[in-house]
Amino acid sequence: MNIVVCVKQVPDTWAEKKLSDSDKTVDREGVEGVMNELDEYAVEEALRIKEASGGEVTVLTMGPEKAVETIRKALSMGADQAVHLVDSGLHGSDALTTSYALAKALETIPHDLVILGVESTDARMSVIPAMLAERTGAAQLTFARKVEVGDGTVKIERQTDTGYDVVEAATPAIVSVVEKINEPRYPSFKGIMAAKKKPLTTLTLGDAGIESEKVGLAGSGSSVAEFSARPPKQAGQVVKDEGDGGSKLAEFLASQKLV
Amino acid sequence: MSHRLSDEHEALRKSVEEFARDVVAPQAEHADRTGEFPYDVIRQMGEMGLFGLPFPEEYSGMGGDFLALCLAIEELGRVDSSVAITLEAAVGLGSMPIYRFGTDEQKKEWLPALCRGEALAAFGLTEPGGGSDAGNPRTRAVLDGEEWVINGSKAFITNAGTDISNLVTVLCRTGDRADGKPELTSIMVPLPQPGFSASNKYDKVGWHASDTRQLSFDNCRVPAANVLGDRGRGYAQFLSTLDEGRIAISALAVGLAQGCVDESVRYAKEREAFGAPIGSYQAVAFRIADMETRTYVARCAYRDACDRMLAGEPFKREAAIAKLYSSTIAVDNARDATQVFGGYGFMNEYAVARHWRDAKILEIGEGTSEIQRMLIARDLGL
Ligand SMILES: Cc1cc2nc3c(=O)[nH]c(=O)nc-3n(C[C@H](O)[C@H](O)[C@H](O)COP(=O)(O)OP(=O)(O)OC[C@H]3O[C@@H](n4cnc5c(N)ncnc54)[C@H](O)[C@@H]3O)c2cc1C
Repeated sequence: MNIVVCVKQVPDTWAEKKLSDSDKTVDREGVEGVMNELDEYAVEEALRIKEASGGEVTVLTMGPEKAVETIRKALSMGADQAVHLVDSGLHGSDALTTSYALAKALETIPHDLVILGVESTDARMSVIPAMLAERTGAAQLTFARKVEVGDGTVKIERQTDTGYDVVEAATPAIVSVVEKINEPRYPSFKGIMAAKKKPLTTLTLGDAGIESEKVGLAGSGSSVAEFSARPPKQAGQVVKDEGDGGSKLAEFLASQKLV
Repeated sequence: MSHRLSDEHEALRKSVEEFARDVVAPQAEHADRTGEFPYDVIRQMGEMGLFGLPFPEEYSGMGGDFLALCLAIEELGRVDSSVAITLEAAVGLGSMPIYRFGTDEQKKEWLPALCRGEALAAFGLTEPGGGSDAGNPRTRAVLDGEEWVINGSKAFITNAGTDISNLVTVLCRTGDRADGKPELTSIMVPLPQPGFSASNKYDKVGWHASDTRQLSFDNCRVPAANVLGDRGRGYAQFLSTLDEGRIAISALAVGLAQGCVDESVRYAKEREAFGAPIGSYQAVAFRIADMETRTYVARCAYRDACDRMLAGEPFKREAAIAKLYSSTIAVDNARDATQVFGGYGFMNEYAVARHWRDAKILEIGEGTSEIQRMLIARDLGL
């Protein structure tokens, strides 16, 4: 089974994230870029499927030049090759336009399965998997906590609030994974050295047949109107246990509509 | 001379940094408190290939070099010295002599499991009667037919008593040379072995989760073929093992020094006194700036020594300088970091308190600071 894993470079989860003042997009220059955490699980799952039943794993990344660091990481984890969609015209793309661009790029890579993380830590929209499925006409299997591939089929356990659903579809399919699914490996030095020699194709808008007016800031259907810094953390509320600690806690949770 | 890392070395450093932060750091306090050997962490390090970093793939190694090993040790040392020394001793003292001096057969027999981190090897040099004067051991091995019979004891040996320890290479006196000095031979003792025993773990000041024991040999018999390389080469072998090892220990010291900077910067921004973060007071900020400066210089020193070694140039003096300086500043940084933390710095559960206890041994193990000064002075013709 040939698998494409969509991998995104995001600002370091541990760093302070900023929006740039000029065009209100995420400032990716000032901070260190890392692989979106959930995408590590996606890569790991693809590698496990490949190791169990063969096929090739291709990494697909849309992002600036700098995103190549993240592509290298996926390759050093064990992916076979990578496609990097990189074009200044893509800057500022929202979820809708990103899904269009990724769908076009996917057309250039023969595959049975697309795996991605359920969301990225920078934008947290969690809509790309569904949009991609819609655009490519592939089956949509989201929030997978377990994936099993058969002959031309894929079956997942779909994480729900109360348990899980079993969902099965014929390939081609788009699977998004949650972090419960596995424990991603750390690249070994051998993997890092091997990654240097793996094929990395770069695609421009033209190469992927992407119409430039449909992507980027201008092509996006949504835009950031205004933003402001998160208010400073408020002091917490201390509940003193005078025999009724339990019910006070329950009251608090209820007042926050958490229970 | 540039010490910027290649892309591959940087990628490895980052990979180990993430592993250290996500997997090693969270268990460090528990392991320090209980002294439990971190088998699970070691297993994962094995899967990552850390124990095989400087060895060729034919022995299940990673095909990297000594710098790759040092980077891994440094990153682990930032968060947990016990884990870092376990790797350093396993590779630098355990596997490296086999790779450097072993016969083809010995390498094929021992290295693959060691490279995968499934087994640990130890190196027994120091004796209860003395470590600095290591060229003068009392442990004796006598050839009896096709077997060596070993009698004596070794002190403070790392990695010889874990559930996965499978080999200790022991420096033994095997006779006297024409010049009156002892003939020294390294003999490989597979574990477990009748006549061999390891004491309980020592009750140490630091490195709590690292395995350190006294070893006894009581008519311990091993095949004559278990000589590492050639008979009578023991002295030269351990001298060269220790020269390299100093660079690796220096990397560990730099890691600890950096860990102290990391913790101090974070805390100085968070902790408030007199209505402002303590880092806004120059006395605290300058202290941390000095810590960072020392760490940077120490890192340059070990990377330079490593460069020279990898280029096949003389590096003994530089290795001794790196070991001496980095261990000194590791102790300095640990002391300063605990000061930045105030009362919490004296609480065992805080990383800086652990660093403080873990730092001191760096000035003692693999050649004390005095021994490093002797080496440097001697190299200067004094
Ligand atoms: C946790 C731990 C792990 C260790 N792991 C290992 C291991 O895996 N394998 C191994 O073989 N050893 C190991 N060691 C031993 C370590 O290398 C020795 O402790 C060290 O070399 C010092 O030897 P010593 O303790 O016998 O001190 P001594 O040699 O007795 O020295 C005592 C003091 O005298 C000073 N001194 C000695 N000679 C001179 C001189 N000529 N001039 C000036 N000063 C001098 C020393 O610098 C020191 O300050 C370990 C030790 C510890 C504590």
